[in-house]
Amino acid sequence: MTPGADTHFTRPLLRTPFHERQMRVSQVDSFVPWSGYTTVDVFTSVEQEYFAIRNSSSLYDVSPMVKYRIRGPDALRYLNRLCTRDIRKLRPGRVAYTVWCDDAGMLIDDGTVFCLGESDYRLCTGEWQLDWLRASAIGFDVVIRDETADLAALAVQGPTAAHLLKGAGIAGIERLKPFEHGEFRLTAPAGGSAPLMVSRTGFTGDLGYELWMSPGDATTVWDALMGFGTSRALRPIGSRALNMARIEAGFILPRVDFTSAAHSLFPGTERSPLELGLAWLVDFGKGHFTGRRALLAEQARGPRRQLVGLDIEGTKPAYQALLYTDRTGRRECGSVTSATWSPTCKRNLALAMVAAPYIAEGSIVWAEIYLNRELQWQRRMVRARVVPRPFFAPERRRATPPADF
Amino acid sequence: MSTTGAKVHDVVIVGGGHNGLVTACYLARAGLTVLVLERQQYVGGAAVSRSLYPGFTYSNCSYVCSLLRTEIIRDLDLPAHGLQIIPYEGGCTMMRDGGHLAVYDNHDAMRREIARHSHHDAEAYERYVRDMLRHCRFIKPLLLREPPDPTSWRLRDLGELAFLARHLYGLGEARIYDTLRFFTMSCADMLEEYFESEIVKAHLSGSSIIGTALGPRSPGSAYVLLHHYMGSIDGAVGAWGFARGGMGAITRAMAASLQASGGAIRTGAPVQQILVRGGRATGVVLADGEEVRARTVVSNLDVKRTFLETVAAGHLPPQFLEQVRRFKIRGSSGKLNIALDALPRFPAIPAGSPAIRGDLHITDTLDMLERAYDDWKAGRWSREPYVDMLIPTQIDPTMAPDGKHYMSVFVQYCPYQLADGEWNEQKRQAFGATVIDAISRHSPDFKDLILHAEIRTPREIESEVGLTEGNIFQGELTFDQLLFNRPIPGFAQYRTPIDSMYLCGSSTHPGGGVMGAPGANAARRILRDLGRGQ
Amino acid sequence: MSSRYDCVVVGAGHNGLVCATLLARAGRRVLVLEAAPQVGGAAVTREFAPGFRVSAGAHLLPAMSAPLGRELALHRHGLELAAASVPTVALAQDGQCLPLDDDAALAARSPADVAALAAWRALQRRFAQALHPLLTGIPPRLGTQDRADRARLLTLGWKLRRLGRDDLRELLRVGGMCVHDLLEERFELPLLKGALALDAVLGTNLGPRSPGTVASLLYRAAVAPGAGGAMLPAGGLGSFAQALARAARAAGAQLRTAAPVARVQVREDRVTGVVLEGGEEIEAPTVISNADPRTTFLRLLGAEHLDAGFVRRVSQIRSRGMTAKLHLAVDGVPPFSELPPQALRGRLLFAPDSDYIERAYNHSKYRECSEQPVLEITVPSASDPTLAPAGKSVLSIVVQYAPHEVQGGWQGQRQAFTQRILATLERCAPGLSPRVQAAQLLVPQDLEREFGNQGGHWHHAELALDQFMMMRPVPGAAQYRAPVDGLYLCGAGSHPGGGLTGLPGRGCALAVLRRSAEP
Repeated sequence: MTPGADTHFTRPLLRTPFHERQMRVSQVDSFVPWSGYTTVDVFTSVEQEYFAIRNSSSLYDVSPMVKYRIRGPDALRYLNRLCTRDIRKLRPGRVAYTVWCDDAGMLIDDGTVFCLGESDYRLCTGEWQLDWLRASAIGFDVVIRDETADLAALAVQGPTAAHLLKGAGIAGIERLKPFEHGEFRLTAPAGGSAPLMVSRTGFTGDLGYELWMSPGDATTVWDALMGFGTSRALRPIGSRALNMARIEAGFILPRVDFTSAAHSLFPGTERSPLELGLAWLVDFGKGHFTGRRALLAEQARGPRRQLVGLDIEGTKPAYQALLYTDRTGRRECGSVTSATWSPTCKRNLALAMVAAPYIAEGSIVWAEIYLNRELQWQRRMVRARVVPRPFFAPERRRATPPADF
Repeated sequence: MSTTGAKVHDVVIVGGGHNGLVTACYLARAGLTVLVLERQQYVGGAAVSRSLYPGFTYSNCSYVCSLLRTEIIRDLDLPAHGLQIIPYEGGCTMMRDGGHLAVYDNHDAMRREIARHSHHDAEAYERYVRDMLRHCRFIKPLLLREPPDPTSWRLRDLGELAFLARHLYGLGEARIYDTLRFFTMSCADMLEEYFESEIVKAHLSGSSIIGTALGPRSPGSAYVLLHHYMGSIDGAVGAWGFARGGMGAITRAMAASLQASGGAIRTGAPVQQILVRGGRATGVVLADGEEVRARTVVSNLDVKRTFLETVAAGHLPPQFLEQVRRFKIRGSSGKLNIALDALPRFPAIPAGSPAIRGDLHITDTLDMLERAYDDWKAGRWSREPYVDMLIPTQIDPTMAPDGKHYMSVFVQYCPYQLADGEWNEQKRQAFGATVIDAISRHSPDFKDLILHAEIRTPREIESEVGLTEGNIFQGELTFDQLLFNRPIPGFAQYRTPIDSMYLCGSSTHPGGGVMGAPGANAARRILRDLGRGQ
Repeated sequence: MSSRYDCVVVGAGHNGLVCATLLARAGRRVLVLEAAPQVGGAAVTREFAPGFRVSAGAHLLPAMSAPLGRELALHRHGLELAAASVPTVALAQDGQCLPLDDDAALAARSPADVAALAAWRALQRRFAQALHPLLTGIPPRLGTQDRADRARLLTLGWKLRRLGRDDLRELLRVGGMCVHDLLEERFELPLLKGALALDAVLGTNLGPRSPGTVASLLYRAAVAPGAGGAMLPAGGLGSFAQALARAARAAGAQLRTAAPVARVQVREDRVTGVVLEGGEEIEAPTVISNADPRTTFLRLLGAEHLDAGFVRRVSQIRSRGMTAKLHLAVDGVPPFSELPPQALRGRLLFAPDSDYIERAYNHSKYRECSEQPVLEITVPSASDPTLAPAGKSVLSIVVQYAPHEVQGGWQGQRQAFTQRILATLERCAPGLSPRVQAAQLLVPQDLEREFGNQGGHWHHAELALDQFMMMRPVPGAAQYRAPVDGLYLCGAGSHPGGGLTGLPGRGCALAVLRRSAEP
């Protein structure tokens, strides 16, 4: 080891291939760890960044996304037994959002499966899964390889995303349909070229793409996008702004909206996909998958609780608020897992885990919110109504070809 | 025979080890007059700091503060009485081929460190830590409770059994089986369920054998690992650490706490016998014949020393004595305390790594540990021993002169009884040489730096601290000597067959380590019996 | 060709036959499919050298649990015994012997041990009686809301408490202990301790100093509390299997040999039958596997029908065999110099002391065969002359420790290991080696190949505290029922364990019948 060089005990977090470029635009030096990498929490201001997602376009470094390549004669059978969705329906060139559970039907994590070809898949997820993937591989002829460090990735999300990618030199991008992926080449007008895989996926509920590339091409792609996009209100964003968008889109986050069965310490803290409102991802008819019997039993028993969307009175986000059955706050009926003021919907939104009697749309619960009036803390009980998710789902996210600008 | 005036103490505690002091503190705080009698000129038992070489302070028995219960630190106000604990920054296991596996406090650093050996194991480690923490959460509430007698029909025992059943059932079906399996498995089998890399398994299993008469492949060794994780839950940050000034700092703080609440300590006062009249303990006689009277007598000594040497046999039922005799207390550990002229080099540890400021081990494979155990079974010290080394002077300069260092070397295994005859000076030196040679293989300058080495076999541990057979836990930690079986079935609740006489040492539930739980539990039992319990 | 049965039993080991018999008696249409040309699994008699026959797997028949013994009534199905209660004789390093039921002989060596042995046997019998109910039913599940489970737990607890305070305390103390320590507490004579320790570790992957060995000793005792010693069926253990087969047929079950099952068929998460290796399909709503759990779940059923966590647990079942078998064809009577002639009919244990066993065990931890192995020797021809030509003898020897995997592979080590065993035998039977006309060594890999149990383990799954009761073979399949509806386990890997007890087969039959009584 060279003296002074970084090593894991002097700098435990890795840097993504975009790190150096991002440091140049970071104004507030706010970073957060994500699956072993350091990533940007905020570049300039959360509001600025948020508006880029919804009203122009945003650039978000998703390189820390954990990527597993799954190949082998049993790859399809393997994934079908792992995931709750029917992977047999996934054709080459398509991507599917799915979840996987433990034996008790409790959620381990969610992610996307890319079908790259026959018996060749890629699983992308927010956290490490190898331990479970290997356990699931017993009895299957598959090879699982962690490709995280081999692929840099950028999410380009926002209503002008297609225009930007085209302008930056990715021809043909407008033909890509939602949940499709394909091979493209970036040929930047200002020079520079790189092969890319692009998928029409994202975590914002808006029009958006994810670009997958070799780490060596990362700066070329970044520079091409920023070079074309800066004058078109393209902004690099951090995870704080993304979080607001993903709540509007109704997406869930591990460690925030649910505790993974792979991490849970206290008994009873795990959540099933049915409880998380992801029943649409569970295909009981496709044959066996891990957790199926437990989930069938749960379905027969009926829900005890469920994750719901809440529209809350007032403008103060109900961070971590306890929920009660009435204004008196005598009986708890759940708690808020994610909350945000939605600048686009102009509504005070939250995701909350709520006891069974209150999960129907239109149910009313009461949230306990603490207001900070210049350090004078006040407690408020505010009305919250159960509303459908997603809270914000513009048609543009699905249009093919997408609007040009 | 002389009698100290007419003074009758509420409580006399025989032995000023950490558990004796903890019991004394709780009783004194409850308003009783308490006297601790200690054979040595200093209190602390096996948690002491001693000056055995000019300018150096040795933690010459126990050497790390890991298990001391948070509740006890709080109740006895130990930080206010001078206790300062400096958390470990890491640790390292060195391999014969020059490789190493370090431990880092930082989660990501640790993950990447394991990934150097096996990518899979780095991820399996997350599941491993999760499961360890689950097991800790299960066992922790049981440490400061009195084990129920499962054969009794008394309301209190039945209530406590019901508590245990509820506690277990609260886990839910799957985790109940996980828990039962974990507590009955061997460390080696358990680790096989997580890891593939030999060094990862060898490194983790080290702490399963410390102080035990088991090897990593012996069923029942897995749960010993919990001691490593017990400190890291419920916000007990820094529970693994060095006590500034050595382990004696802990017992010094306890003694100060005791004196602050009105308790008294007499050192150099060896107790010859516990006096029993009419089936009741009435006090003790010191070696010089002085009689100290007390309404309650508490023994901090191990169960054998208490009943076989300190109580006249006539006062005890023969069956009970028989059970005391068969109590297993085989010593298995040795200790070297070494004064060093400078910090030794360990080429395996990368420059700049904080690992060297933690616990250092030498081992490559589970088999190596298991063979070390085979040696002990055969009645000889391990030819390739498992060592747990610490150099606390890297962060605590009070323990050695400037630039010089103190190294504590805990050695597993070393038998109390050798197969080829009694211990003698020559064999003791040979044992020390085995350990020093083992370390030298990983540190080229180590031997040259040695200024002084104190070599302790179980014999020395026994004669100095008074632990029978030199067993550091005051009794082996196997199924037959845990929970309601510790120390004797039917007498697991700190009481003895003699009225107003109690046990408070590590021979009782939950066992050894500088934890203080036996002392605190005994105090609670005594106060309840005196009608002062809550 | 397609045929229909209520139950198909995969494997005609003794447990499969027991299970088939009981189900057929309860009116089920039962078909037993056996891969081998004969029934019996590891209970089989075979010629290993011209004119010499031996029980190739197990070589003694333990006393049977009383209820099962009554249910099967094997004497009515032609089971004849060559020896009814085989006495145990401990052999010392110098060839001296100690018959364990001969108080006078024991008194001559250690008077104190006579009383100690009687006391231990009485205590062990009381323990065995209390533990027997634990072994004979379906183990309750823990942590469920099910009232039957809770009631069963309370009943078992209640039965244990009936031991009385002192005995219960002692049981709870020694239950998790190592047999070495227990024997140190109670006995003086190393030879006696060695013999008793051997019973605790035979067939396991443990040494006398391994905690949990008292439990395995008590397990053996609790199978048939109060019953006599082991038996020797006339014609070897194959006769036991034949009697079981006759009992099964008499009850109405059909048996097919040389019919290896390739896989268990599943449709819509329900078992529908089996497919034979030849492709023949046999339909049945209930399939009962006598195979070991790993083979059953991973090979016959397939991981894709199971949850991943369950499969991981199955893959982690410890089932590496440690026990080998040596068969010797001997000219004349084996020259055990110090042994009275009638003692040749006994079970001769060569385990001179507990530390000897522990040292033999040490090697196995490092994937080596014991330098000086531990032996359980029988001379079946002494009780049953039909097994050997006139004037010749058969020795059947259980040998420990011979790990399933040895460093360097078994290929080059068979000969050396056989020699080591013979050298060990020479000590108490000087002059035996030159009389050996043929020797056959079966190491765990051979047993695995022959009997199809992965790892070649006697008990299919190690008999250890963490693989007992509701954890046997794994949680989720410990009540004989597999997670897939209609599939059951009845082999030694299930509760309570192996050793020709028939109890897993019986427990499984109970589970099948209970299931069909459910709505």
